Amino acid sequence: MNWEVVIGLETHAQLTTASKIFSGASTRFGASPNTQVSAIDLAMPGTLPVLNKGAVERAIRFGLAVGGTIAPLSAFERKNYFYPDLPKGYQISQYVQPVVTGGGLAIVVGDKDGFVPLTRAHLEEDAGKLLHDAVAGRSGVDLNRAGTPLLEIVTEPAMRSAAEAVAYAKALHSLVRWIGICDGNMQEGSFRCDANVSVRRRGDPLGTRCEIKNLNSFRFLEKAIEFEVRRQVELIGDGGRVVQETRLFDPDRGETRPMRSKEDAQDYRYFPDPDLLPVAIAPQWIEEVRRSMPALPEALRRDFLGYGMSPYDAALLTESREKAEFFRASLAATKISQPVSLAHWVNGEMSALLNERNLDFAASPVAPRDFARLHDRVQDSTLSSKAAKEVLHAMTAGEGDPDAIIERKGLRQISDSGALEEAVREALAANPKLVEDYRAGKEKAFNALVGQVMKATKGKGNPQEVSRILRERLAS
Amino acid sequence: MHNATLTELSRRLHAKEVSSVEVAGYFLERIRAASTQLNAFITVDEEKTLAQARVADARIAQGGAHRLAGIPIAHKDLFCAKGWRTTCGSKILENFVAPYDAHVIERFNAAGAVILGKTNMDEFAMGSSNENSYFGPVKNPWDTRAVPGGSSGGSAAAVASRIAPAATGTDTGGSIRQPASFTGVSGLRPTYGRVSRYGMVAFASSLDQAGALAKSAEDLAMMLDVMAGFDARDSTCMERPKDDYVGGLARGVKGLRIGVPREYFSKDLARDVGEPILAAIDAYRRQGAAVVEVSLPNQHLSVPAYYVLAPAEASSNLARYDGVRYGHRAAEYGDLLDMYCKTRAQGFGAEAKRRILIGTYVLSHGYYDAYYLKAQQIRRLIARDFSEAFKACDVIMGPAAPCVAYDIGAKITDCVQMYLDDLYTIPINLAGLPGMSIPCGFGDRARPVGLQIVGNYWSEALMLSVAHAYQQATDWHTRMPAAFA
Repeated sequence: MNWEVVIGLETHAQLTTASKIFSGASTRFGASPNTQVSAIDLAMPGTLPVLNKGAVERAIRFGLAVGGTIAPLSAFERKNYFYPDLPKGYQISQYVQPVVTGGGLAIVVGDKDGFVPLTRAHLEEDAGKLLHDAVAGRSGVDLNRAGTPLLEIVTEPAMRSAAEAVAYAKALHSLVRWIGICDGNMQEGSFRCDANVSVRRRGDPLGTRCEIKNLNSFRFLEKAIEFEVRRQVELIGDGGRVVQETRLFDPDRGETRPMRSKEDAQDYRYFPDPDLLPVAIAPQWIEEVRRSMPALPEALRRDFLGYGMSPYDAALLTESREKAEFFRASLAATKISQPVSLAHWVNGEMSALLNERNLDFAASPVAPRDFARLHDRVQDSTLSSKAAKEVLHAMTAGEGDPDAIIERKGLRQISDSGALEEAVREALAANPKLVEDYRAGKEKAFNALVGQVMKATKGKGNPQEVSRILRERLAS
Repeated sequence: MHNATLTELSRRLHAKEVSSVEVAGYFLERIRAASTQLNAFITVDEEKTLAQARVADARIAQGGAHRLAGIPIAHKDLFCAKGWRTTCGSKILENFVAPYDAHVIERFNAAGAVILGKTNMDEFAMGSSNENSYFGPVKNPWDTRAVPGGSSGGSAAAVASRIAPAATGTDTGGSIRQPASFTGVSGLRPTYGRVSRYGMVAFASSLDQAGALAKSAEDLAMMLDVMAGFDARDSTCMERPKDDYVGGLARGVKGLRIGVPREYFSKDLARDVGEPILAAIDAYRRQGAAVVEVSLPNQHLSVPAYYVLAPAEASSNLARYDGVRYGHRAAEYGDLLDMYCKTRAQGFGAEAKRRILIGTYVLSHGYYDAYYLKAQQIRRLIARDFSEAFKACDVIMGPAAPCVAYDIGAKITDCVQMYLDDLYTIPINLAGLPGMSIPCGFGDRARPVGLQIVGNYWSEALMLSVAHAYQQATDWHTRMPAAFA
């Protein structure tokens, strides 16, 4: 049977404002319960919300980054329901007129380029959370998170596999950090996804969807979707029917379980919040934000492809703004411009070294200028790749600039033809058997001879140069 | 002393003929004496009041104090005042002590005024008779068998009986003007956005506006001068300079164009109310004002539209009283849902429940367009009616209520009739306009009648001068109930 999977994602990105979206309380993570709560967050009688413009500014930034439409006038509405973590008995959100509509994100799945169109992105406040058994046998409410600004980003049902969904989530995660609107910390819940999943036989209309809530890692997202697709296909295959419902992913058992069905769906009684005026976003404000935007990953990725590097390398480089900037700064500082090789070094050895130390590129102990000089030393044949890696390790460990390390460790490659010719002559004289084998057509013998020369130069011979001289000699 | 205007009290205090402690003590004594007759106050705290009066005396002694310094003011019990119980007339907030001051309280405190106490009101400001208070009904000082009007009934009764020099109130659908009319005092509801709503317990956010009740337009001008002003904590408060309300009082009414809507004098208006109103308008004519007929063709739609919009907002505004963080919580309950249900069933009175249910219904999926959206459209029509009318006139005059105060219990079983009685006040709230009621005579059983003056947006200074001109030429506003003389 030919099944098609249809996935749409809703992502809640917590915005990086210092204070909450409608009060002056701090949004810092990890404070002890109920210490970052103002009278407004507590919904004391008579308190009123005042919109944090920083949250709107970040929504505009997002809208510009995804090429969406910024509404000149958007409105806040109340979503009414009762729960102890929702102090007002309603959540202030946007329903009819979100700040951003449309736009989309380029994604790369394997070597294929794709595009995920967005429906909308709207501002809302987060709820608090319940703490069970913090006091034995009782439930408590921590309102530190209540009122934290969120941007809810909703895609069209445009993804066709778990891999595409993960690629989108990663691209979005990278983008919101790139433009500085969200710290992307998934453990702390700053970036969490809900997935809407349905399946259909190819050519059929859309199937009934299930929503899987609160997926806070890319791996869970992938696993949850894969499980859900399997479940739905089997269900329909057995003659059953998918019921529209909200499901929770259980990471321990790797399965989704029903949370509430559509029959229990609440009537949220949305209506415009009379305590807040509509948000007018003037074109000048949008322009101001546009001028403050960094170069975007998609534009850089296209630039990088223009240097001739593989889509894989270009995508890796634009994974984070810090990495892309490290690459750009290094490239600008090189004397011998070889962007493709430089990209390999940034994505390869440099990334690996930082990973080992749990650092990102912003905190790199190696400055782009020094990294560029190291790369130049490879390009001008001062260093072999192997030696260059050793130098980079030393640089990362804080042992100084590359030239000093090269001198101190004596890693300079021997490219001087006089010295190498001498070594080649000696090797040929000492290994007549290998010379004979080579002349008899055994290419392996040639590599063995190179090895002999390298051994004689203690590994510092420039391998290309050694090969060249050897071939010359053997041909004569 | 109890008949002294705010101007007169202020003069005596600043001349040190009397101290704030003495003035406060005098009114506290009057409140105590009248408490069983009127039930006008929910909370009186002599210690707090006198402590504030002592501070005021020190400020006056230093010189340069504000003209309201040392004057005790009663506050409707929905203005949060730090350390004071703020009940909103409800069991659900019976023991709620506000941890902060409302903007209005801050302004009075900054001026050095003294909090005299918290006045009784219909629960959550829902009602027109003050019979919906958890703390019992307020009585009308003119005739204690009668209601004082509502929802600011306690404030109105306190000023009418001269147990408070002046009081704050709020007006969502007529809650200042109608009780002012029923008790023969002057009441002002300013333009929506003139006074910050911060710290004022919300009923219907897009209609609520704080104002004042006092013995005269002149006193109201002094009150508004303190209350008005921009406050960034209320997004609907307008960033707009206040006018010179006191300085502009004497401008007179020569050339003033008074609009009288032809729809106002229909069969709905009792004769004993209509006659004093027409006489008052005549008095203006004699002072040089011109009377023009105007029309408010959509006026009849305002009551139904209001009783969709106000409950809709209220149903959401009152959701926070859930027993989780403060206020009443049921003593015994099973699960969470049971806690919510019992807490709210016990905490809210019948009228609050009725409006929560109506509001929840009109916002529900499938009904929203037919009710809420339609009512919002009507609201625009009503505002347009007024802007058309104000092309031909400067103020609009008419009754504040279709009848004089009725007896306690007379209408409480017929809530629709009580809603319909709001027909003269509600359109002003829907349009966001300022309105006043000033005493202009007496109707059946010698119960007071109020003249409503409606101004264009932000025209409080003009309205106050128009009311003042009438009060210079007549003495209705100086009459007080004999039982409290």
